[in-house]
Amino acid sequence: MSPYDLFIAPFAEFDFMRRALVGVIALGLGAGPIGVLMMLRRMSLAGDAMAHAILPGAAVGFLAAGLNLFAMTIGGLVAGFAVAIGAGAVARATQMKEDAALAAFYLVSLALGVMLVSLRGSNVDLLHVLFGTVLALDDPTLLLIVGVSTVSMLTLAVLWRPMVVECVDPGFLRSVSRAGTPTHLVFLALVVLNLVGGFHALGTLLAVGLMMLPAATARFWASDLTALVLTAVLVACGSGVIGLLVSYHLGVPSGPAIILVAGGAYVLSVLVGPIGGILLRLMPRRHLEA
Amino acid sequence: MAEEVLAFRNVTLGYDRHPAVHHLSGVVARGELIAVCGPNGAGKSTLLKGVMGLLSPLSGSIARPDDGRRIAYLPQAAEVDRSFPINVYDIVALGLWRRTGLLGGVSRADRERIAAAISAVGLDGFERRTIGTLSGGQMQRALFARLLMQDAEIILLDEPFTALDAATVRDLIALVERWHGEGRTVLAVLHDLELVRAHFPRTLLLARSPVEWGETRAVLTPSNLIKARHMCEAWDESAHACEAERAA
Repeated sequence: MSPYDLFIAPFAEFDFMRRALVGVIALGLGAGPIGVLMMLRRMSLAGDAMAHAILPGAAVGFLAAGLNLFAMTIGGLVAGFAVAIGAGAVARATQMKEDAALAAFYLVSLALGVMLVSLRGSNVDLLHVLFGTVLALDDPTLLLIVGVSTVSMLTLAVLWRPMVVECVDPGFLRSVSRAGTPTHLVFLALVVLNLVGGFHALGTLLAVGLMMLPAATARFWASDLTALVLTAVLVACGSGVIGLLVSYHLGVPSGPAIILVAGGAYVLSVLVGPIGGILLRLMPRRHLEA
Repeated sequence: MAEEVLAFRNVTLGYDRHPAVHHLSGVVARGELIAVCGPNGAGKSTLLKGVMGLLSPLSGSIARPDDGRRIAYLPQAAEVDRSFPINVYDIVALGLWRRTGLLGGVSRADRERIAAAISAVGLDGFERRTIGTLSGGQMQRALFARLLMQDAEIILLDEPFTALDAATVRDLIALVERWHGEGRTVLAVLHDLELVRAHFPRTLLLARSPVEWGETRAVLTPSNLIKARHMCEAWDESAHACEAERAA
Protein backbone atom coordinates (compact mmCIF):
# COMPACT_ATOMS: atom_id res chain seq x y z
CA MET A 1 0.00 0.00 0.00
CA SER A 2 1.51 3.33 -1.04
CA PRO A 3 1.76 6.27 1.34
CA TYR A 4 -0.91 7.97 -0.77
CA ASP A 5 -3.33 5.10 -0.22
CA LEU A 6 -2.44 5.01 3.44
CA PHE A 7 -2.66 8.69 4.36
CA ILE A 8 -4.31 10.70 1.60
CA ALA A 9 -6.73 8.50 -0.30
CA PRO A 10 -9.26 8.01 2.51
CA PHE A 11 -9.66 11.79 2.81
CA ALA A 12 -9.46 12.44 -0.94
CA GLU A 13 -12.06 9.86 -1.82
CA PHE A 14 -14.65 10.17 0.91
CA ASP A 15 -16.58 13.24 1.88
CA PHE A 16 -17.41 11.84 5.34
CA MET A 17 -13.69 11.40 6.06
CA ARG A 18 -12.98 15.00 5.06
CA ARG A 19 -15.74 16.20 7.36
CA ALA A 20 -14.39 14.06 10.17
CA LEU A 21 -10.92 15.51 9.52
CA VAL A 22 -12.19 19.07 9.84
CA GLY A 23 -14.13 18.05 12.96
CA VAL A 24 -11.21 16.47 14.82
CA ILE A 25 -8.80 19.28 13.91
CA ALA A 26 -11.29 21.90 15.14
CA LEU A 27 -11.81 19.90 18.33
CA GLY A 28 -8.06 19.57 18.85
CA LEU A 29 -7.48 23.33 18.44
CA GLY A 30 -9.93 24.13 21.25
CA ALA A 31 -9.37 21.14 23.50
CA GLY A 32 -5.55 21.35 23.46
CA PRO A 33 -5.07 24.62 25.37
CA ILE A 34 -8.08 23.96 27.62
CA GLY A 35 -6.69 20.55 28.55
CA VAL A 36 -3.32 22.12 29.41
CA LEU A 37 -4.97 24.67 31.71
CA MET A 38 -7.07 21.93 33.34
CA MET A 39 -3.99 19.84 33.97
CA LEU A 40 -2.05 22.78 35.39
CA ARG A 41 -5.00 23.58 37.67
CA ARG A 42 -4.97 19.96 38.82
CA MET A 43 -8.48 19.61 37.40
CA SER A 44 -7.68 16.66 35.13
CA LEU A 45 -10.47 14.58 36.64
CA ALA A 46 -12.91 17.49 36.75
CA GLY A 47 -13.32 17.15 32.98
CA ASP A 48 -14.50 13.59 33.47
CA ALA A 49 -16.98 14.68 36.12
CA MET A 50 -18.24 17.39 33.79
CA ALA A 51 -18.69 14.88 30.98
CA HIS A 52 -20.87 12.81 33.30
CA ALA A 53 -22.84 15.95 34.11
CA ILE A 54 -23.48 16.68 30.44
CA LEU A 55 -24.69 13.19 29.64
CA PRO A 56 -28.11 13.49 31.35
CA GLY A 57 -28.74 16.87 29.70
CA ALA A 58 -28.02 15.46 26.28
CA ALA A 59 -30.17 12.44 27.08
CA VAL A 60 -33.09 14.62 28.05
CA GLY A 61 -32.66 16.57 24.80
CA PHE A 62 -32.67 13.26 22.96
CA LEU A 63 -35.85 12.15 24.76
CA ALA A 64 -37.61 15.38 23.98
CA ALA A 65 -36.70 15.69 20.32
CA GLY A 66 -34.91 12.54 19.21
CA LEU A 67 -31.54 12.70 17.49
CA ASN A 68 -31.81 16.46 17.17
CA LEU A 69 -28.55 18.44 17.25
CA PHE A 70 -30.12 21.54 18.72
CA ALA A 71 -32.05 19.81 21.51
CA MET A 72 -29.16 17.61 22.57
CA THR A 73 -26.69 20.50 22.48
CA ILE A 74 -28.95 22.75 24.53
CA GLY A 75 -29.62 19.91 26.99
CA GLY A 76 -25.91 19.21 27.37
CA LEU A 77 -25.04 22.88 27.73
CA VAL A 78 -27.73 23.51 30.36
CA ALA A 79 -26.71 20.50 32.44
CA GLY A 80 -23.00 21.23 32.04
CA PHE A 81 -23.28 24.94 32.88
CA ALA A 82 -25.57 24.24 35.84
CA VAL A 83 -23.06 21.80 37.31
CA ALA A 84 -19.91 23.79 36.45
CA ILE A 85 -21.20 27.16 37.58
CA GLY A 86 -23.05 25.72 40.59
CA ALA A 87 -19.95 23.87 41.79
CA GLY A 88 -17.69 26.85 41.05
CA ALA A 89 -20.01 29.21 42.94
CA VAL A 90 -20.36 26.89 45.96
CA ALA A 91 -16.58 26.45 46.12
CA ARG A 92 -16.04 30.20 46.15
CA ALA A 93 -18.91 31.15 48.46
CA THR A 94 -18.36 28.45 51.10
CA GLN A 95 -15.46 26.61 52.68
CA MET A 96 -16.01 23.60 50.38
CA LYS A 97 -13.25 22.74 47.92
CA GLU A 98 -14.17 22.69 44.25
CA ASP A 99 -13.53 18.97 43.70
CA ALA A 100 -16.03 18.02 46.40
CA ALA A 101 -18.61 20.53 45.16
CA LEU A 102 -18.18 19.26 41.61
CA ALA A 103 -18.61 15.65 42.73
CA ALA A 104 -21.81 16.56 44.55
CA PHE A 105 -23.26 18.46 41.60
CA TYR A 106 -22.39 15.97 38.88
CA LEU A 107 -23.72 13.01 40.86
CA VAL A 108 -27.04 14.82 41.34
CA SER A 109 -27.11 15.68 37.63
CA LEU A 110 -26.37 12.08 36.66
CA ALA A 111 -29.06 10.70 38.97
CA LEU A 112 -31.57 13.25 37.73
CA GLY A 113 -30.81 12.28 34.15
CA VAL A 114 -31.28 8.58 34.85
CA MET A 115 -34.52 9.35 36.70
CA LEU A 116 -35.89 11.41 33.79
CA VAL A 117 -34.98 8.76 31.26
CA SER A 118 -36.62 6.00 33.29
CA LEU A 119 -39.78 8.06 33.96
CA ARG A 120 -40.19 8.43 30.24
CA GLY A 121 -40.07 4.65 30.13
CA SER A 122 -38.60 4.39 26.67
CA ASN A 123 -35.76 2.15 25.65
CA VAL A 124 -33.57 4.88 24.31
CA ASP A 125 -30.56 4.18 22.20
CA LEU A 126 -28.00 6.50 23.70
CA LEU A 127 -25.03 5.03 21.86
CA HIS A 128 -24.76 8.24 19.89
CA VAL A 129 -24.36 10.29 23.05
CA LEU A 130 -22.00 7.81 24.62
CA PHE A 131 -19.69 7.17 21.70
CA GLY A 132 -20.38 9.87 19.13
CA THR A 133 -20.44 9.60 15.38
CA VAL A 134 -17.40 11.34 14.02
CA LEU A 135 -17.88 9.68 10.63
CA ALA A 136 -21.38 11.09 10.27
CA LEU A 137 -20.91 14.80 10.94
CA ASP A 138 -23.52 16.77 9.02
CA ASP A 139 -23.21 20.48 8.21
CA PRO A 140 -24.90 21.85 11.35
CA THR A 141 -22.84 19.57 13.62
CA LEU A 142 -19.62 20.54 11.88
CA LEU A 143 -20.54 24.21 12.18
CA LEU A 144 -21.22 23.71 15.88
CA ILE A 145 -17.83 22.07 16.44
CA VAL A 146 -15.96 24.71 14.45
CA GLY A 147 -17.95 27.45 16.19
CA VAL A 148 -17.08 26.07 19.63
CA SER A 149 -13.44 25.90 18.63
CA THR A 150 -13.47 29.51 17.37
CA VAL A 151 -15.21 30.82 20.49
CA SER A 152 -12.75 28.89 22.67
CA MET A 153 -9.67 30.27 20.95
CA LEU A 154 -10.97 33.86 20.94
CA THR A 155 -11.96 33.66 24.61
CA LEU A 156 -8.62 32.14 25.56
CA ALA A 157 -6.81 34.88 23.65
CA VAL A 158 -8.63 37.59 25.60
CA LEU A 159 -8.54 35.92 29.04
CA TRP A 160 -5.19 34.13 28.76
CA ARG A 161 -3.44 36.33 31.33
CA PRO A 162 -5.95 35.96 34.18
CA MET A 163 -6.37 32.26 33.39
CA VAL A 164 -2.64 31.70 33.70
CA VAL A 165 -2.26 33.87 36.80
CA GLU A 166 -5.23 32.10 38.40
CA CYS A 167 -3.29 28.86 38.04
CA VAL A 168 0.15 30.05 39.08
CA ASP A 169 -0.67 32.54 41.84
CA PRO A 170 -4.38 32.95 42.63
CA GLY A 171 -3.57 35.02 45.71
CA PHE A 172 -1.77 37.60 43.57
CA LEU A 173 -4.68 37.77 41.12
CA ARG A 174 -7.08 38.41 44.03
CA SER A 175 -4.83 41.20 45.26
CA VAL A 176 -4.65 43.04 41.93
CA SER A 177 -7.93 42.29 40.24
CA ARG A 178 -11.46 41.06 40.67
CA ALA A 179 -11.14 39.05 37.47
CA GLY A 180 -10.43 35.78 39.31
CA THR A 181 -13.95 34.45 39.87
CA PRO A 182 -15.44 35.52 36.51
CA THR A 183 -12.37 34.14 34.72
CA HIS A 184 -12.73 30.82 36.49
CA LEU A 185 -16.42 30.59 35.60
CA VAL A 186 -15.69 31.47 31.96
CA PHE A 187 -13.03 28.78 31.95
CA LEU A 188 -15.49 26.18 33.28
CA ALA A 189 -17.97 27.32 30.64
CA LEU A 190 -15.32 26.76 27.94
CA VAL A 191 -14.75 23.24 29.29
CA VAL A 192 -18.47 22.52 29.02
CA LEU A 193 -18.69 24.05 25.53
CA ASN A 194 -15.80 21.91 24.29
CA LEU A 195 -17.21 18.76 25.85
CA VAL A 196 -20.58 19.42 24.26
CA GLY A 197 -18.86 20.12 20.94
CA GLY A 198 -16.84 16.97 21.39
CA PHE A 199 -19.70 14.67 22.28
CA HIS A 200 -21.21 14.79 18.81
CA ALA A 201 -17.96 13.44 17.40
CA LEU A 202 -16.56 11.32 20.20
CA GLY A 203 -19.34 10.91 22.75
CA THR A 204 -19.50 12.59 26.13
CA LEU A 205 -17.06 10.33 27.91
CA LEU A 206 -14.43 10.12 25.19
CA ALA A 207 -14.55 13.87 24.52
CA VAL A 208 -12.58 14.37 27.74
CA GLY A 209 -9.87 12.15 26.28
CA LEU A 210 -9.06 14.60 23.51
CA MET A 211 -8.73 17.29 26.17
CA MET A 212 -6.64 15.55 28.83
CA LEU A 213 -4.47 12.98 27.02
CA PRO A 214 -2.71 15.50 24.72
CA ALA A 215 -2.12 17.83 27.70
CA ALA A 216 -0.67 15.02 29.80
CA THR A 217 1.46 13.93 26.83
CA ALA A 218 2.77 17.46 26.26
CA ARG A 219 4.05 17.64 29.86
CA PHE A 220 6.77 15.12 28.89
CA TRP A 221 7.97 17.16 25.93
CA ALA A 222 7.67 20.83 26.81
CA SER A 223 8.64 22.88 29.83
CA ASP A 224 7.20 26.31 29.07
CA LEU A 225 3.56 27.17 28.72
CA THR A 226 3.53 28.17 25.05
CA ALA A 227 5.36 25.01 24.02
CA LEU A 228 3.00 22.95 26.22
CA VAL A 229 -0.07 24.38 24.49
CA LEU A 230 1.40 23.97 20.99
CA THR A 231 2.45 20.38 21.73
CA ALA A 232 -0.97 19.55 23.16
CA VAL A 233 -2.73 20.98 20.08
CA LEU A 234 -0.36 19.05 17.83
CA VAL A 235 -0.94 15.80 19.73
CA ALA A 236 -4.73 16.33 19.78
CA CYS A 237 -4.97 17.07 16.06
CA GLY A 238 -2.43 14.35 15.21
CA SER A 239 -4.33 11.77 17.28
CA GLY A 240 -7.52 12.81 15.52
CA VAL A 241 -6.04 12.35 12.05
CA ILE A 242 -4.18 9.10 12.82
CA GLY A 243 -7.19 7.77 14.74
CA LEU A 244 -9.43 8.39 11.73
CA LEU A 245 -6.96 6.58 9.45
CA VAL A 246 -6.69 3.66 11.87
CA SER A 247 -10.46 3.49 12.07
CA TYR A 248 -10.75 3.61 8.26
CA HIS A 249 -8.12 1.01 7.48
CA LEU A 250 -8.87 -1.44 10.28
CA GLY A 251 -12.62 -0.97 10.31
CA VAL A 252 -12.75 -0.13 14.02
CA PRO A 253 -14.98 2.54 15.66
CA SER A 254 -13.46 5.97 15.10
CA GLY A 255 -14.07 7.66 18.49
CA PRO A 256 -12.24 5.05 20.56
CA ALA A 257 -9.55 4.78 17.85
CA ILE A 258 -8.79 8.52 18.15
CA ILE A 259 -8.59 8.36 21.95
CA LEU A 260 -6.50 5.19 21.85
CA VAL A 261 -4.00 6.87 19.53
CA ALA A 262 -3.81 9.78 22.00
CA GLY A 263 -3.41 7.18 24.77
CA GLY A 264 -0.60 5.54 22.81
CA ALA A 265 1.15 8.92 22.47
CA TYR A 266 0.81 9.36 26.23
CA VAL A 267 2.27 5.94 27.08
CA LEU A 268 5.14 6.52 24.66
CA SER A 269 5.82 9.91 26.25
CA VAL A 270 5.78 8.49 29.78
CA LEU A 271 8.45 6.07 28.62
CA VAL A 272 10.71 8.15 26.38
CA GLY A 273 9.68 11.79 26.97
CA PRO A 274 12.74 14.05 27.42
CA ILE A 275 11.20 15.84 30.41
CA GLY A 276 10.87 13.39 33.27
CA GLY A 277 10.30 10.30 31.10
CA ILE A 278 11.01 6.92 32.72
CA LEU A 279 13.76 5.85 30.33
CA LEU A 280 15.74 9.03 30.86
CA ARG A 281 15.49 8.60 34.61
CA LEU A 282 16.71 5.05 34.47
CA MET A 283 19.60 5.87 32.18
CA PRO A 284 22.82 6.15 34.19
CA ARG A 285 24.21 9.59 33.43
CA ARG A 286 26.94 11.56 35.18
CA HIS A 287 25.75 14.49 37.20
CA LEU A 288 26.56 18.01 36.07
CA GLU A 289 29.02 20.48 37.58
CA ALA A 290 26.47 23.17 38.42
CA MET B 1 1.03 64.89 61.12
CA ALA B 2 1.46 63.07 57.80
CA GLU B 3 -1.60 62.11 55.81
CA GLU B 4 -3.52 59.03 57.03
CA VAL B 5 -3.41 56.18 54.54
CA LEU B 6 -5.10 53.48 56.63
CA ALA B 7 -7.50 53.80 59.54
CA PHE B 8 -8.81 50.95 61.68
CA ARG B 9 -12.03 51.90 63.46
CA ASN B 10 -12.81 49.39 66.19
CA VAL B 11 -12.41 46.69 63.58
CA THR B 12 -13.01 43.00 64.27
CA LEU B 13 -11.97 40.50 61.61
CA GLY B 14 -12.47 36.77 61.79
CA TYR B 15 -13.84 33.54 60.47
CA ASP B 16 -17.26 32.03 61.20
CA ARG B 17 -18.01 34.82 63.71
CA HIS B 18 -14.89 33.92 65.74
CA PRO B 19 -12.67 37.00 65.94
CA ALA B 20 -9.07 36.67 64.78
CA VAL B 21 -8.45 40.41 65.19
CA HIS B 22 -10.58 41.85 67.99
CA HIS B 23 -11.46 45.55 68.34
CA LEU B 24 -8.44 47.17 66.72
CA SER B 25 -8.35 50.92 66.39
CA GLY B 26 -5.56 53.10 65.07
CA VAL B 27 -4.21 54.91 62.06
CA VAL B 28 -1.28 54.43 59.74
CA ALA B 29 0.32 57.59 58.37
CA ARG B 30 1.92 57.87 54.95
CA GLY B 31 5.51 56.69 54.88
CA GLU B 32 5.40 54.69 58.12
CA LEU B 33 7.42 51.48 58.41
CA ILE B 34 5.46 49.27 60.79
CA ALA B 35 6.16 45.76 62.05
CA VAL B 36 3.15 43.65 63.04
CA CYS B 37 4.26 41.22 65.73
CA GLY B 38 2.57 38.64 67.93
CA PRO B 39 2.38 34.91 68.63
CA ASN B 40 1.04 32.39 66.11
CA GLY B 41 -2.71 32.80 65.81
CA ALA B 42 -2.58 36.44 66.88
CA GLY B 43 -4.44 37.61 63.79
CA LYS B 44 -1.52 39.21 61.98
CA SER B 45 -2.17 37.61 58.58
CA THR B 46 -5.91 38.17 59.03
CA LEU B 47 -5.23 41.86 59.58
CA LEU B 48 -3.35 42.13 56.27
CA LYS B 49 -6.14 40.27 54.48
CA GLY B 50 -8.58 42.76 55.98
CA VAL B 51 -6.48 45.68 54.73
CA MET B 52 -6.43 44.12 51.25
CA GLY B 53 -10.22 43.74 51.35
CA LEU B 54 -9.92 39.95 50.94
CA LEU B 55 -11.84 39.58 54.22
CA SER B 56 -14.76 41.79 55.29
CA PRO B 57 -14.80 42.99 58.90
CA LEU B 58 -17.24 41.25 61.27
CA SER B 59 -17.71 44.70 62.78
CA GLY B 60 -16.06 48.11 62.64
CA SER B 61 -14.34 49.33 59.51
CA ILE B 62 -11.03 49.77 57.75
CA ALA B 63 -10.57 52.95 55.75
CA ARG B 64 -8.08 52.51 52.91
CA PRO B 65 -7.37 54.27 49.63
CA ASP B 66 -10.29 53.85 47.21
CA ASP B 67 -7.88 53.05 44.46
CA GLY B 68 -6.72 49.49 45.12
CA ARG B 69 -3.74 50.14 42.84
CA ARG B 70 -2.03 51.80 45.73
CA ILE B 71 -1.71 48.61 47.79
CA ALA B 72 0.59 45.66 47.06
CA TYR B 73 0.45 42.48 49.09
CA LEU B 74 2.85 39.58 49.51
CA PRO B 75 0.98 36.82 51.36
CA GLN B 76 2.60 34.40 53.78
CA ALA B 77 4.34 31.57 51.89
CA ALA B 78 2.74 33.01 48.76
CA GLU B 79 0.42 30.44 47.25
CA VAL B 80 2.50 30.26 44.10
CA ASP B 81 2.28 26.93 42.28
CA ARG B 82 6.00 26.24 41.92
CA SER B 83 5.41 23.42 39.44
CA PHE B 84 3.76 25.83 36.99
CA PRO B 85 5.82 26.30 33.81
CA ILE B 86 6.47 30.04 34.12
CA ASN B 87 9.85 31.77 34.22
CA VAL B 88 11.26 34.45 36.53
CA TYR B 89 10.89 37.21 33.93
CA ASP B 90 7.17 36.52 33.46
CA ILE B 91 6.47 36.23 37.19
CA VAL B 92 8.15 39.61 37.76
CA ALA B 93 6.32 41.11 34.76
CA LEU B 94 3.01 40.23 36.47
CA GLY B 95 3.74 43.23 38.72
CA LEU B 96 2.63 45.38 35.77
CA TRP B 97 -0.88 43.90 35.95
CA ARG B 98 -2.63 47.02 37.20
CA ARG B 99 -1.40 48.94 34.17
CA THR B 100 -1.50 46.31 31.44
CA GLY B 101 -4.67 44.48 32.53
CA LEU B 102 -5.99 41.82 30.17
CA LEU B 103 -4.57 42.93 26.86
CA GLY B 104 -2.16 45.83 27.43
CA GLY B 105 1.28 45.43 25.93
CA VAL B 106 4.65 45.60 27.66
CA SER B 107 6.62 48.63 26.39
CA ARG B 108 10.36 48.97 26.01
CA ALA B 109 10.42 51.13 29.17
CA ASP B 110 8.53 48.35 31.00
CA ARG B 111 11.07 45.78 29.87
CA GLU B 112 13.85 47.97 31.18
CA ARG B 113 12.04 48.29 34.51
CA ILE B 114 11.58 44.51 34.70
CA ALA B 115 15.30 44.00 34.03
CA ALA B 116 16.14 46.61 36.68
CA ALA B 117 13.82 44.96 39.24
CA ILE B 118 15.34 41.53 38.61
CA SER B 119 18.77 43.05 38.97
CA ALA B 120 17.80 44.91 42.17
CA VAL B 121 16.93 41.62 43.91
CA GLY B 122 20.15 39.97 42.70
CA LEU B 123 18.60 37.56 40.18
CA ASP B 124 20.56 38.65 37.10
CA GLY B 125 20.90 35.73 34.72
CA PHE B 126 17.84 33.94 36.18
CA GLU B 127 15.33 35.56 33.80
CA ARG B 128 14.60 32.43 31.77
CA ARG B 129 14.73 29.98 34.65
CA THR B 130 11.37 28.38 35.47
CA ILE B 131 10.25 29.07 39.03
CA GLY B 132 10.31 25.37 39.87
CA THR B 133 14.12 25.44 39.68
CA LEU B 134 14.54 28.30 42.17
CA SER B 135 15.50 27.91 45.81
CA GLY B 136 13.19 29.32 48.49
CA GLY B 137 15.33 32.42 48.81
CA GLN B 138 15.50 33.00 45.05
CA MET B 139 11.72 32.63 44.79
CA GLN B 140 11.22 35.23 47.52
CA ARG B 141 13.65 37.55 45.70
CA ALA B 142 11.58 37.11 42.52
CA LEU B 143 8.39 37.97 44.44
CA PHE B 144 10.08 41.09 45.84
CA ALA B 145 11.02 42.06 42.27
CA ARG B 146 7.33 41.73 41.40
CA LEU B 147 6.50 44.04 44.33
CA LEU B 148 9.02 46.54 42.89
CA MET B 149 7.13 46.42 39.59
CA GLN B 150 3.82 47.07 41.35
CA ASP B 151 5.12 50.47 42.41
CA ALA B 152 2.51 50.63 45.20
CA GLU B 153 2.16 53.30 47.86
CA ILE B 154 1.27 50.81 50.56
CA ILE B 155 3.12 47.49 50.76
CA LEU B 156 1.90 44.63 52.95
CA LEU B 157 4.36 41.82 53.66
CA ASP B 158 3.29 38.69 55.52
CA GLU B 159 6.30 36.95 57.11
CA PRO B 160 8.49 37.85 54.14
CA PHE B 161 11.75 36.62 55.66
CA THR B 162 10.67 33.25 57.05
CA ALA B 163 13.05 30.39 56.17
CA LEU B 164 15.52 32.68 54.39
CA ASP B 165 19.28 32.83 54.98
CA ALA B 166 20.97 35.89 56.47
CA ALA B 167 22.27 37.23 53.15
CA THR B 168 18.84 37.08 51.52
CA VAL B 169 17.19 38.74 54.53
CA ARG B 170 19.84 41.48 54.44
CA ASP B 171 19.24 42.14 50.73
CA LEU B 172 15.46 42.12 51.03
CA ILE B 173 15.38 44.29 54.15
CA ALA B 174 17.50 46.79 52.20
CA LEU B 175 14.66 46.92 49.65
CA VAL B 176 12.12 47.47 52.44
CA GLU B 177 14.25 50.36 53.74
CA ARG B 178 14.51 51.74 50.22
CA TRP B 179 10.69 51.76 50.00
CA HIS B 180 10.56 53.52 53.37
CA GLY B 181 13.08 56.07 52.07
CA GLU B 182 10.87 56.68 49.02
CA GLY B 183 7.97 57.59 51.31
CA ARG B 184 6.01 54.37 50.78
CA THR B 185 4.07 52.88 53.68
CA VAL B 186 5.13 49.35 54.68
CA LEU B 187 3.37 46.96 57.07
CA ALA B 188 5.31 43.75 57.63
CA VAL B 189 4.31 40.76 59.74
CA LEU B 190 7.50 39.54 61.42
CA HIS B 191 8.58 37.08 64.09
CA ASP B 192 12.26 38.05 64.38
CA LEU B 193 12.11 40.69 67.11
CA GLU B 194 15.80 41.58 66.72
CA LEU B 195 15.15 42.39 63.07
CA VAL B 196 12.14 44.48 64.09
CA ARG B 197 14.14 46.41 66.70
CA ALA B 198 16.94 47.04 64.19
CA HIS B 199 14.90 48.16 61.19
CA PHE B 200 11.29 49.02 62.07
CA PRO B 201 10.60 52.33 63.84
CA ARG B 202 7.02 51.39 64.79
CA THR B 203 5.37 48.16 65.89
CA LEU B 204 1.85 46.85 66.41
CA LEU B 205 1.91 44.02 68.93
CA LEU B 206 -1.19 41.96 68.28
CA ALA B 207 -2.58 39.03 70.23
CA ARG B 208 -6.02 38.89 68.67
CA SER B 209 -6.71 42.12 70.56
CA PRO B 210 -4.07 44.82 70.18
CA VAL B 211 -1.57 44.75 73.07
CA GLU B 212 0.19 47.96 72.14
CA TRP B 213 0.90 50.05 69.06
CA GLY B 214 3.62 52.70 68.89
CA GLU B 215 7.38 53.18 68.98
CA THR B 216 9.03 49.77 68.64
CA ARG B 217 11.17 50.24 71.75
CA ALA B 218 8.13 51.01 73.89
CA VAL B 219 6.02 48.19 72.41
CA LEU B 220 8.41 45.23 72.47
CA THR B 221 8.90 45.14 76.25
CA PRO B 222 9.15 41.86 78.17
CA SER B 223 5.86 42.52 79.96
CA ASN B 224 3.99 43.25 76.70
CA LEU B 225 5.41 40.09 75.10
CA ILE B 226 4.30 37.92 78.05
CA LYS B 227 0.86 39.56 77.94
CA ALA B 228 0.60 38.83 74.20
CA ARG B 229 1.46 35.17 74.71
CA HIS B 230 -1.30 34.72 77.31
CA MET B 231 -3.95 36.56 75.32
CA CYS B 232 -3.60 34.36 72.30
CA GLU B 233 -4.94 31.09 73.69
CA ALA B 234 -8.60 32.08 73.79
CA TRP B 235 -10.44 30.40 70.87
CA ASP B 236 -13.68 29.03 72.25
CA GLU B 237 -16.14 26.90 70.28
CA SER B 238 -18.98 27.87 72.66
CA ALA B 239 -18.08 31.56 73.10
CA HIS B 240 -20.92 34.01 73.71
CA ALA B 241 -21.61 36.99 71.49
CA CYS B 242 -19.15 39.83 72.14
CA GLU B 243 -20.49 42.28 74.78
CA ALA B 244 -18.32 45.13 73.51
CA GLU B 245 -19.99 44.87 70.13
CA ARG B 246 -23.44 44.99 71.73
CA ALA B 247 -22.41 48.09 73.71
CA ALA B 248 -21.10 49.74 70.55
